[in-house]
Amino acid sequence: MSVPKYWRIIPHYYRLEGTICKNCGYKTPLIRKICPNCGSDDVERVRLPREGEVYSYTVVYSPPEGFERHNPYVIGLIKLKDGTKILGQIVDVDPEEVKIGLKVRMTFRRISVDGKSGIIQYGYKFKPVK
Amino acid sequence: MRPSKPVGIVGWGVYIPRYRLKAEEIARVWNGGINNMARALRIEMKSVPSYDEDMITIAVEAATNAIKRSKLSPDRIGCIFVGSESKPYAVKPGSTIVAEVVGATPQVLAADYEFACKAGTEALQTTIGLVSSGMVEYGMAIGSDTAQGEPGDDLDYTASAGGAAYIVGSNKSEFAAEIVETYSYVTDTIDFWRRAEQPYPSHGRTFTKDPAYMRHIIQASRGLMKAMGTKPEDYDYAVFHQPNGKFPVKVACKLGFSIAQVKESIIVDRIGNTYSGSALLGLARILDIAKPGDKILFCSFGSGAGSDAIHIEVKDGIEEKKNLAPKVDDYIDDFVAVDYTTYLKYRGMIRFNER
Repeated sequence: MSVPKYWRIIPHYYRLEGTICKNCGYKTPLIRKICPNCGSDDVERVRLPREGEVYSYTVVYSPPEGFERHNPYVIGLIKLKDGTKILGQIVDVDPEEVKIGLKVRMTFRRISVDGKSGIIQYGYKFKPVK
Repeated sequence: MRPSKPVGIVGWGVYIPRYRLKAEEIARVWNGGINNMARALRIEMKSVPSYDEDMITIAVEAATNAIKRSKLSPDRIGCIFVGSESKPYAVKPGSTIVAEVVGATPQVLAADYEFACKAGTEALQTTIGLVSSGMVEYGMAIGSDTAQGEPGDDLDYTASAGGAAYIVGSNKSEFAAEIVETYSYVTDTIDFWRRAEQPYPSHGRTFTKDPAYMRHIIQASRGLMKAMGTKPEDYDYAVFHQPNGKFPVKVACKLGFSIAQVKESIIVDRIGNTYSGSALLGLARILDIAKPGDKILFCSFGSGAGSDAIHIEVKDGIEEKKNLAPKVDDYIDDFVAVDYTTYLKYRGMIRFNER
C-alpha cells in the first residue's frame, strides 16, 4: 500500500472510525464520502464500538504475500456492539479456541511491514475479552 | 525539583504481552538445562511480544488504559511523550502514532525519549514540568519497550516487553496520587550501550551494578529524602528499576528499606525486565493496591547513566480509578508459555531472504 493511501485510512485503521449517513441512518465501517446505501453525500464520521463478537471466521493456512510469517492466523467477521460488521484478524488466541459468539475487543497491532526500508503499517485487530 | 504548583497522577495504565518464555527453556537451549543464571537473577519467566507487537503497540494499549482511568476526553491531553530504547523507526516518532490512536491530535506536543531504561521517567519529569507550569492542562508520559538481549547472553533471561502510561494533571480533586518532589541524578557512566546498526546491546557485566545501578539509585533516593526531610521508614512502599530480581532488593536494603516495603513492586521474576517500562510497571502495581495516605518512594535507573527519584503520596481519588482498567496482575496472570523457537519467530530473530 502506498504511503498516501495508508495515511488516508489512518482514522479507520487507528481509531476504528466509520461513516454514518444522516439521510438514511446507514452505518458503514469504512470512511466514505457518499452513502453506499442511499447515495446521499450528507454523511459524517463516527467512532465504532471497540467491542463485539465473532459472527464468522476462517483460519488461514495459505497466507497471501507479506503475511507468510503470521501463518496460521484467524480472520474474523466481527459483529460490533452496534451491529456493524467488520473484518479483522483475531490475535492472542489459539485458532482452535475461536468460536462463533466469542466476545472480542479491539487491539492495536502491526498489520504489515514494507521490507527493510519502507513504512510499518499499524491498525486494529481483535482479541478475546477475558 | 519541586513542581511550581501541585501536580498528580490522574490516570495510569499498563500493558504486558501475553506470551512468556520460561527461564528453564532458555537454560535448556543455552546451558544444557542448568538453570544457574536464572536462579542468580531470580527470574522465572519473561514476557514475549507477539510477532505483530512493538513498543508503539504496547504504548498504545497502556495509554488507552490510562485514559480509561483518567476519564478524560483525549483531546485535553496537551503532551504525549514516549520513552523507549526499542524504536521500530530510527527516524519517525512513535509518539505521533500513540497520539493519533488515542485521539489527542492535532493540538498536542509529542516526542520520543531515549535514556536506556529511564526514558519513561524522563518523559514523566518533562510532563510534570509542563503541567505544573500551566503550559498544558494534562500530559501523558509512557515507558514502553520490546527489550533486546543477545541470544545466549545473560540479558536473554531478562529482556522482555511491556509498558506503562501515566497521565499527569493539576486538578487536586482528580489526583489518584500527588507528585510532591522529584530528584534526578545523572553522570556519564558507560555500563550498558547499543551502537547504531547493532541489533543487541553490550554491557559491562558486574560494572553495571555498583558504579551504575546502585550508585545512581542510592544518590537519587537519598537526595529526594533529604529534600523532603523523610527517612525510609516514612514510606509505605519503595519502587526501584528491576533489571533482575536481585538488584531492587539489594538497593532497598542498602538504603535502609525493609523487604516488606519493596517486595510488592517486584514483578521482574514473572515478566522480565521491560526496560523503559520496568520501574513504571512496578509503580503501577503499587497504585493497583495502595490506599489513600500511603507514601511511595519511586526511583528509576537508566544506563548511561541516571536515576529519577519521585516522592508520591496516594490520595482519595485512587479508589474509584483502580477498577476502571486492567491491573498489572491481570496481565501477569494471563499468559501462554512458548518454546524458544516460537520466541525467535515472534521476536523476528530468524533471518529470511529479502523479497
